[in-house]
Amino acid sequence: MSGITAYGAYIPRSRLQKSAIADANDWFDAGLRSLAKGERSVCNWDEDTITMAVEAGRDCLSGLKGAPVNALYLASTTLPFLDRQNSVVVSEAMNMGSSLRTMDVAASQRAATTALISLLEGGAAAGANALLLASEHRRSKCGSRSEMLWGDGAAAVAVGDENVIADYLGSETYATDFVDHYRGEDSQISYEWEERWIRDEGFLKSVPLAVGRLLEKTGVKAADIAHFVLASDQARTPAAVAKKIGIKADALADNHIADVGVTGVAHPILMLTEVLEKAKPGELILLTGFGQGADAVLLRATDALASVQPASGFSGALARRREDSNYNKFLSANNLVDRDVGKRGELDKQSYLAAMYRRKDLLTGFVGGKCRNCGTVQIPKEKYCINPECGALDTQDDHPLAQARGRVMTWTADRLTFDWNPPAYFGLVEFEGGGRLMMDFTEVEPGSVDTGTEVSLHFRIRQFDNQRGFRKYFWKATPVRN
Amino acid sequence: MASGIKDKVVILGMGCSKFGERWDASPADLMSEAFEEGLADAGIEKKQIEMAWFGAGIDAYNVGSSALPLSIALRLPNIPATKVENMCATGTEAFRGAVYAVASGACDIALALGVEKLKDVGYGGLPQRTRGVENDMYWPNLSAPGAFAQLASGYRAKYGIDPADLKRAMAHISVKSHANGAKNPKAHLQREISEEQAMNAPYIAEPIGLYDCCGVSDGAACAIVCTPEIARALGKSDLVSVKALQLAASNGEEAGFSQWDGSYIQTTRVAANKAYKEAGISKPREELDMTEVHDCFSITELVTMEDLQLSDAGQAVRDVLNGDFDADGRLPCQIDGGLKCFGHPIGASGMRMIYENYLQFNGRAGARQLDNPRLALNHNLGGFPHQNICSISIIGRYE
Repeated sequence: MSGITAYGAYIPRSRLQKSAIADANDWFDAGLRSLAKGERSVCNWDEDTITMAVEAGRDCLSGLKGAPVNALYLASTTLPFLDRQNSVVVSEAMNMGSSLRTMDVAASQRAATTALISLLEGGAAAGANALLLASEHRRSKCGSRSEMLWGDGAAAVAVGDENVIADYLGSETYATDFVDHYRGEDSQISYEWEERWIRDEGFLKSVPLAVGRLLEKTGVKAADIAHFVLASDQARTPAAVAKKIGIKADALADNHIADVGVTGVAHPILMLTEVLEKAKPGELILLTGFGQGADAVLLRATDALASVQPASGFSGALARRREDSNYNKFLSANNLVDRDVGKRGELDKQSYLAAMYRRKDLLTGFVGGKCRNCGTVQIPKEKYCINPECGALDTQDDHPLAQARGRVMTWTADRLTFDWNPPAYFGLVEFEGGGRLMMDFTEVEPGSVDTGTEVSLHFRIRQFDNQRGFRKYFWKATPVRN
Repeated sequence: MASGIKDKVVILGMGCSKFGERWDASPADLMSEAFEEGLADAGIEKKQIEMAWFGAGIDAYNVGSSALPLSIALRLPNIPATKVENMCATGTEAFRGAVYAVASGACDIALALGVEKLKDVGYGGLPQRTRGVENDMYWPNLSAPGAFAQLASGYRAKYGIDPADLKRAMAHISVKSHANGAKNPKAHLQREISEEQAMNAPYIAEPIGLYDCCGVSDGAACAIVCTPEIARALGKSDLVSVKALQLAASNGEEAGFSQWDGSYIQTTRVAANKAYKEAGISKPREELDMTEVHDCFSITELVTMEDLQLSDAGQAVRDVLNGDFDADGRLPCQIDGGLKCFGHPIGASGMRMIYENYLQFNGRAGARQLDNPRLALNHNLGGFPHQNICSISIIGRYE
């Protein structure tokens, strides 16, 4: 029987204090103050849907046992590229090779649950796994309710038929063109309709309809559901939906509005990852996705559940946080203000696609070389071995370094160069097992980096080529925090 | 075995423009200012110059590519003119080209001229610029202070030096250079600063503060060179000759492989050893009378004192604070004010250093004149601590 075989989560470290949003905006909308409880996750300037998906995917793979991955779906309504497959960027950053099926799934808040159903219904080949990544970095208007209630994040689940941790019992979809909000091709920000109408005509009708069909089909009683996942930025709606269906109140999975925010397409999967951390063998899990109708997926935790634990998981991702109260910085990172970046920021960031393709193993995969002759690890991989005692030509095998830990040799905090979050931290990093590189750091706070500091490597945005609507990615070093 | 360049070529004349924010001067204006001084000093006519080497560092913001800007600015009579660029060693590289041409016998008299117009960029510091299509995709967007600040982190870690002590030594270096530059009418910055000012200035790149950085200036410098025989035939006495010209280029090992720990400059050590050998110097601390080193940042000068064997390993902080390299110390460094006060018009800097040697040897250094100096070392470092070009020239009295 197929089902879920592994899971992973990622939440950006930065947590904007909602009081900061209210402080800046309640002069205009006093109602915001009532929503200003807790904090929300916020992408760093160098994070987006792709980079978060890579993090969630790596976390998922850290717990995945055995079977290879032959498909990778990326679900999001905030894909950085509209015409360039985003999922293949993610798969290359995860060094997953070139013989897997990659696909982007978009355009609805239930994109992730629909993609998951399609994988569960036969997306993974026998003996193989398919990966569903859901990631979202939604922008909302300054001082809006969404700004207060939403967060950024990503989650991943693997689907397969071996070492299954949650059996797939069935699914149903109710499809209807219910437009609670929309975003046209020329817009950056969604336009929403009235909350009460969305609750009454949307959630309270679509979800019970899809769930009702599923329960009938599978012969499961609503009261037997142990975990009910319904993502919503309406704090009380999931409980109302559960009550209407007959699901126990204590089966409701937490939406984490007060400490993460609703992460759009990623949210049902993110909530599922928390459920999988807590569920006991045999428990029934009802996963729903709302948007132009509703998806409903029924899963049952197996005895193998406890044996699969991602490196971070939801609780790890939630705990890895940095409080931020700088609302202006949040606006800047989300392009909601026209910040003066200075003349150094004006330098043209022309993208050279042919050279980028030639170097994509390095740029996307962080693949270096290991000399067949002398064993020296080096990055970038070049024609001649860097070891002067060797110097052999064309002897380097591909050597992925993205998972390697490193140590800072030299570093600084540069306030002269342009950076979206000055000062720019960078330095020379030496990797365990060999190789070193002068590279950018990210997620650094004053005092968190010095010579000798241990770092891990993360796929991040390196540069925006705004003139041509392109963005470039590379790997950055981050201090390891225990 | 090659015999090296020692005493094969002498300086016939030199010129150096006023360095500074020369808002009203074009690169051609700066070139002619340096050239007219050099030509008059050499006592020859322009048509006697047979070949020219032109140093200019940053194409995009300076004069563009090729040696045409030189040839056109000076209206040179269709002689061979070659542009050289080797980062911050560019000025010295132009000089090396002219010196080698004379030494080879290819010509009798050659010109080396370097110019850089940095202040047309519109902001402070060296211009932000591309590092090439592939490098731009993964190199940190590091500024020059950001690159060199890392020397401090590596040096601190290696010798377990208290950050405050290192910072104080860095401040001393800048205070010393400002004191020297205050006596130099051609320097950009001609005022003294206090240690307190240097210590408390805002960070540019930790731990480099504003006063740990050299100025940013426009400027040009030139040298006209020939053989000793020709100089004498032209009526010159008290000649100044080239004792050594060495260059070392990184090959990526520091950045990617070797045991380099970020606390020193590998290429400076290589070039210094070769230069001392070429000049026949066995005890540099005793034989040298002055140094002009690449003080793009105070920490660079500090580390360079060790790399040139002028301080023992890990002892530069002590020696600097002891005043060893002050104007009245055992081996004055940047007696003209250095990059600190002249700024660093890249194409010109190397020759600006040699110009100061030349003035000192000829007793023409005014208020900052040293007592009878005979041998000087000049050092340029282009690039970053982890990969760079180092040039060293040793210039002395021809005896």
